[in-house]
Order: sequence, then structure tokens, then C-alpha cells
Amino acid sequence: MILRHTTKEVKERSALTVNPAKTCQPIGAMYAALGVHGCLPHSHGSQGCCSYHRSTLTRHYKEPVMASTSSFTEGSSVFGGQANLLQAIDNIFGIYDPDIIAVHSTCLSETIGDDLGQIVGKAKDDGKIPEGKHVVQASTPSYVGSHVTGYANMVEAFIKYFSFNTNEKIRQVNLLSGWVEPSDMREIKRITEMMNIKSVLFPDTSDVLDTPMTGKYQMYPKGGTTVDEIVSMGNSMKTVAMGEWCSKKAAIMLDNKCKVPFSLTDIPIGLSATDRFVQALSTAGKVSIPDSISEERGRLVDVITDMHQYLYGKRVALWGDPDTLLPLVEFLVDIDMKPVYIVSGTPGKAFEKRMAEVLGEKVPEAKFKNGPQADMFLMHQWIKEEPVDLLIGNTYGKYISRDEGIPFVRMGFPILDRIGHSYFPTVGYSGAIRILEKMLGVLMDRQDATAPEESFELVM
Amino acid sequence: MNQFLKDRETQIVTKGKHSAEIACEKKSLAGSVSQRACVFCGSRVVLYPIADALHVIHGPVGCASYTWDIRGALSSGPQLHRLSFTTDLKERDVVFGGEKKLYHALCELIDKHQPKAAFVFSTCIIGVIGDDVEAVCRQVTREKGIDVIPVMSEGFNGTKKDGYKIACGALSKLVGTDDSYKPSKYSINILGDFNLAGELWILAEYYKKLGVELVSCMTGDGRVEQIRRAHKATLNVVQCSGSMVHLAKEMKEKYGIPFMKVSYFGIEDMSDALYEVARFFKDEEMMQNARELVREEISQLLPALQPYRQKLEGKKAAIYVGGAFKAISLVKALRLLGMKTVVVGSQTGNADDYKLLKELCDDGTIIVDDSNPNELSEFVKLTGANLFIGGVKERPIAHKLGLGFCDHNHERKEALAGYVGMMNFAKEVYASVTSPVWKFIK
Ligand code: SF4
Ligand code: SF4
Repeated sequence: MILRHTTKEVKERSALTVNPAKTCQPIGAMYAALGVHGCLPHSHGSQGCCSYHRSTLTRHYKEPVMASTSSFTEGSSVFGGQANLLQAIDNIFGIYDPDIIAVHSTCLSETIGDDLGQIVGKAKDDGKIPEGKHVVQASTPSYVGSHVTGYANMVEAFIKYFSFNTNEKIRQVNLLSGWVEPSDMREIKRITEMMNIKSVLFPDTSDVLDTPMTGKYQMYPKGGTTVDEIVSMGNSMKTVAMGEWCSKKAAIMLDNKCKVPFSLTDIPIGLSATDRFVQALSTAGKVSIPDSISEERGRLVDVITDMHQYLYGKRVALWGDPDTLLPLVEFLVDIDMKPVYIVSGTPGKAFEKRMAEVLGEKVPEAKFKNGPQADMFLMHQWIKEEPVDLLIGNTYGKYISRDEGIPFVRMGFPILDRIGHSYFPTVGYSGAIRILEKMLGVLMDRQDATAPEESFELVM
Repeated sequence: MNQFLKDRETQIVTKGKHSAEIACEKKSLAGSVSQRACVFCGSRVVLYPIADALHVIHGPVGCASYTWDIRGALSSGPQLHRLSFTTDLKERDVVFGGEKKLYHALCELIDKHQPKAAFVFSTCIIGVIGDDVEAVCRQVTREKGIDVIPVMSEGFNGTKKDGYKIACGALSKLVGTDDSYKPSKYSINILGDFNLAGELWILAEYYKKLGVELVSCMTGDGRVEQIRRAHKATLNVVQCSGSMVHLAKEMKEKYGIPFMKVSYFGIEDMSDALYEVARFFKDEEMMQNARELVREEISQLLPALQPYRQKLEGKKAAIYVGGAFKAISLVKALRLLGMKTVVVGSQTGNADDYKLLKELCDDGTIIVDDSNPNELSEFVKLTGANLFIGGVKERPIAHKLGLGFCDHNHERKEALAGYVGMMNFAKEVYASVTSPVWKFIK
């Protein structure tokens, strides 16, 4: 009973977040930068932040996560961090030799007013950036947004820096992947290939954070979107941007800067969102949808019909990032489940409106909230008021799961205590089958474990 | 070694080759992929195990998120410490200050949870925007009648180690506030154990067998009331990780309580820890108890270790941990398993620690301060190590290099302290080094 301190009665809180359902911007910037080939993320601030971000990413992906830090001292916080960053850029190119350094700010460097653009400009003027190498920067103070907006800012920064329109249109579609797993990025590429569309996926952490074991340690694994690819995104026919929070900023940047029009879709989780994604791809790539894809869809629908009796009416509580929650909740509604409680720490006005649309009239009792006090404590209080049958979210749900005895499917970031997320996709039609498999697995395990002996059967 | 940061050369020595002393306690270079954490991290991990206190992080959300349930410090009772409370500062607060927010958060939490005391951690940004955290704490202390203790742990003010000192300062505000308690004349405080995987409970059992009373544990399985009367104990026994030495020194000055440094890791050090206490109390019966306990434990342990030793004889280990004292115990424990330490380093060691390490190690051992992944992987290649002992960020690197790994930090689930801990350690090292998976690496 670790969460014995949770009270049932929900009171308005203004000053306090308890058990946050989000974390800070820089970690998102770090993750996005890892999806670029030959890139070393750099944290402009004190050592602590960088160390926490690396630990958390390492725990989630079970892979070495590299990032350097400006190692602020008390002096830097008084006199500014310019000297630290200049020295850092020098040291990093000298020793770690990346192709790109992706600098993000932290609370501290933002608060003392360091201007990353100006400092990087100075590094360039001083000749600290070797020929053919790059330094990209994004502003990511954590008292604004969340890890999700940090991700979006870094993706936008790359587009802003690299993508270029040379008026030579290429038959290519840009895919802005949103914050998903390496496995999902691989799956998005597979779907696009099946449709015979030439594409650039950005960022792309496959082959970076799911690398094979070779007995060698590589600081820059083979994966990641290359600089050439990011440059070429300015000449593509169209952008398909997945996720309003993660990808819209970069899509707008591509449109404004390079005149590449975009269509904004959800991250393709579940049936309807994947339908829309595939449709958007087919429009963008000017191709028709191949049978092989329709067949995958057919298999998914088949599984749903087979299992409907176990799913319908089940009450579900979810927490996580808005771009994954929206399509996921929609999927649950599509398969007749009842997503009743939903929280996301990530702020953003569009959340309530979109969530209301997605839930439609189907789940009138649903409660949802995002922003500062939309945390795991609130979620737990709601559950205490009226329980649910299933929890879906990141690892931090395990306390509620255990204390309330509710089956739990891990999805989202971070997952610190299970594996699979980096290897098995949850996007696309086959990803949706995996989500179903996981949900049914825990629900039926529970049924098997709790059924009275006389009604315990071979086929449940 | 041109693949290493040039300015770091003095922080790496090879025993037998370099006669110079290692440079340490330096700030990490800007641009390094350092494995170090911050002052706040240091304070947080030390105070975290006090289970009936409220721990509130005043700052933006990240600092609180990442330290939510940060290490497996077990509690035999309350679990309040395992929740994550934060003022979650927003841009508005950064501009206008977060004092009010902190005040309301504290009042709300104290009313709801009725904690025995509260610790308020201020993070980097608080130092910069200049919130008067101390004043808020004083006010809430007055209004709510419990100790609300500011922990001024702005991350940029140094390293994790500086955070330990600040945590000790916070603890010393509690120590000495309850005079009513009368312990037996053979009483101690355990300092610097965090009850990872229940290690404290193992130690408590040993001391009980010796006939020693435990007045308080700081901070593993800690309780505010115990800490208040800690000054009534006769002796402070400090786990030599360094995190609590400051407090021990302060208690010596203020209350005249002597302290001794011990290590609970490995047979030699664990036995010494018991003998030293018995010797201190100059009690023959206690010494007899200690001898018996050690004899009994070792007579079971040594034969049980034998099969592991046979398999591990001659294998090489690389160690990179937070505190250097831990590294010293590890070198000895590995030796007991027939293994040689070829690389040893720490994030926060001081000159004395490194001197001792140098004495202890064989010629050719690389000794390093504040290292980074590139260096570590280079050292492993140079020395042909078979095992890596480190923390969360080192695990995947070691595995990628095809090495066995043992976590000696936050993520371990097995107790490594005491005799049973030595057995667990042997099993884990054996399992990792001899895992069949290594033969599949091409
Ligand atoms: S902001 Fe400061 S206190 Fe917080 S994690 Fe970073 S370095 Fe540590
Ligand atoms: S919230 Fe700010 S200070 Fe804390 S870890 Fe994140 S970037 Fe660092």
C-alpha cells in the first residue's frame, strides 16, 4: 500500500503537483537529437539535469545514451554560460567528434538569460565549428511545456537549420514521426515502403536506441536521419506530420521556410488513426493503398470482432502524452471500451477540445484533464471514487495498479521496468493488434486468476 | 592517450607507471560526457529514505520527476517518501517568484499528510530567481508546528558530494531536539546506510546479536523521532561512503560523540565493522559475541563461495562507482573471489581515497577520477576486463562491450552488505561473467 496517502476526496489544488504525469523539456530535446545520425545532444546547464536525462533515457531504452553538458558552476550562473558553451563546443569537436552538436537549454541557462543563438554564432565566428560540422540549438526551459514540447522544439530547430528549398522538387514525402519508440519508427518506414513511397522519416531513433549487440561500443550508431536527408526535406512534395504537440511546429516551419505543404495527422495508433494516416500517405505520395495494407487492416478488424465480448464496456484509465493519448483513446472507443479517466501533464489548449471530440457521445462519464495539476495523484483519486478495469500508461502506474489491484498495460514514456516497447511497435494496424493482445492478456490473466473454481474453464 | 580530453590527463593514473598523485575534486570540464550528478541529487538521495517526513521539491517539474522513488531505500513503515511532491514552477513563477506557491503547497501537504517533519529542496532555478525559501520554511514551521527544513541544494553549486554536506546540515537541525530519551550505555547510530534492498535490517540484526542498541539510522528506514534523539547515542558508526561524515564530525564537536568509519561490504570489512564497535565499548562479552557471529557466518560463507571462486579465478574487473570508498571495499571483495581489479574509478573520490586505492591495487591498474563513457570503454579494451561494476548509465555500455555487469548503485535489488551480501555479490558476479550469452557475440 505505497499510495496509502491518496485520499478519495478531490480538492482543487493550485500550488502543488503530486506524482507528475510529465517531465521537463530538455529530455525531449535530447531524444529528438538522438534520432539524427552522428549527432551528440548537449545540455546547456548544470551537470545534474544532463545526468538525470541520460539516466532516464538509458533506463527506458536500455541503451547507452550520450550527451554532453556545459557543467555550469556557481560562476556561470552569475556571469552567464557563454564561456562554458564555447569551451564545450571546442572540447566536443576535439574529442567526441560528432557531425552535429544539438544544444538545448535548461531552466537555469534560460533563467539567467543565455542566448543560445548568439553564443553559437560566436562559436562560428571564432572558428570553433570545424568545416562540414554543425551546431543546432533549441530553447527548452522546463518551466514551460513538458518533455513533449522540448521534443517538438528540437525537431523544429533541425528543420530550421538544415532544410532548404532549392526549387528542385523531388518525389519524396516528409514524415515527422512524433515521439514514438524506435520500433514504431521502423514500422512507419515499413508501411511507407509497402506503399511504394519514397520518404524521409525524421527523427528516426531506430538503429540508434535498439542497436544489435556486437561486442563493440559505438558512440554514433548507424541509425538516425542523415544531414543530407534533413536538407532534402525542403524539396519534398509534402509533409505528413504525426501529432499536434510533437510535430506541428516543424511542419509549419517546413511550410513557411521551404513551401512544403503539410497534413497533420495523429500518430497512427489504433484503427481510425491508422486509417487516416494511410489515407494521408496515399494522398501525399499520390499512390493508391496496396492490398497488403488493406489485408493488415482486415486482420485487425477480425481480431476486434473475435474479442469484442471481452472488451466492451471495460472501464479504462489512461495517462501520458497528448499525441499518443488521443489516438489511443479513440481506439478504445472504436472497440467499445470506456476510457473514463485521462490525464496528461503536458499543457496545451487543444487537448480538451480534441479529447471531447474523440470521446464523442460514447463515454459521457469520462473525466479528462491536462496541464499542471493533471497528475497521477488526481488519476488515483478518480479511481478511488469509482474503479476501472484496466490502466494504460507509463511505468508510474504500477503503484496504483498494485494498490488497487487493477490490470495494467504499459505504454508511453518512461517504461523503466519492462521490455518490448523498443522492439515491438504499437503503431499501424499490426501495432494495434499488439495493443489488443496486451490488453486482452492482462484482462484474461486476471479473469483466470480470480475466477471461482467452479467457473474456471479451459476456454474463457 | 590522445583519445582523452587533454585537460583530464592528470585525473588518470596507472599504478606502477605514474608516480604523480591523481588530480581529483575538480569541476568537470565543459563539454564532457560526465557521469556526475548535481548538488540537489546528492541531498535528495541522502534525505530520501526518511520515510515519515515530507520531501517537497521546489523547482520546475523535471527535478522532481527524475527523483521520484529514486532508489530502493526500503521502509518498514510509512511510505510517504516514495511520493513525488513539487511546486512545478511555471514561467509566471520564474518571473514573479515562487514563494507563495511554496507556502501554499507546504500548508496543503502538511494538513493532509501530517508528516513528522518536512524537507524543502531548492533546485538551481530557485537560487537564480532568489526565492527566500528559508523564510517560507520558518513561517510554515511557526504556523504548523512541525520542523520545515530548507535544503538549499541548488544543483550548480558543486557536485553530488556537496549535496551530501547540505543534507547533513539539514539533519543536524533535527538531531538534538529530543532530550528525553535514555538509551543503554552500548548504543550507536548507523550513519550513511540507505537501506537499499533492506541492507540496514541485516546490519541491525548483527548489532543486536552483539548486544548493541540502535538509537537511530541515518538515513535508511529513517524516522524523524529517532533522528531527534540521535545525540543520546554513545557512538556514531559511519558507512564510509562519505555522505554522512560531515554530520558525524558535527555531532562530535557539538555533543562529544566519537565516530568511526566502517564498511559493510566484503568479509574483511564487515567483520572489522563489528570488531571495532566491540573494541570501542571495551566489553569482553560483546567481543565474544562478535567473534562468535563472525566465526559462524564465515564458516558457512567461505565454503559456499568456493565454487564461485574457482570459476572466477583470474578474471578481471573494472569498477566505476559514485563514492571511492565503495571502490576500495569492492577491490577487496573481488580479491576474495580471485578476481583482479584492472580499472577503478569514482565520480567523487578525494586524494586520500585514491591514495588508498593505489596502495591496494596491483601494478598496471588504471585509476581514474570523474570519467566518461569513451574513456571507460577505452580502458576496458586496454585491460581486457571481464566484468564491469557501476551504475545505471554504465550498464548498457558494459553490455555493448560484451562484459558482465554488476550494479552497485541505485538499481540493485539484492543486498550486498554483510555476509549474506557477499554471497549475493559472488552469485551476481558469477552469473554475469559466466553467462552463456557472451559466447553468442560475434
Ligand atoms: S536543475 Fe539543478 S538541481 Fe535540478 S537537476 Fe538540474 S542541476 Fe540538479
Ligand atoms: S526541470 Fe529544469 S532544472 Fe530540473 S532537470 Fe529539468 S531542465 Fe534540469
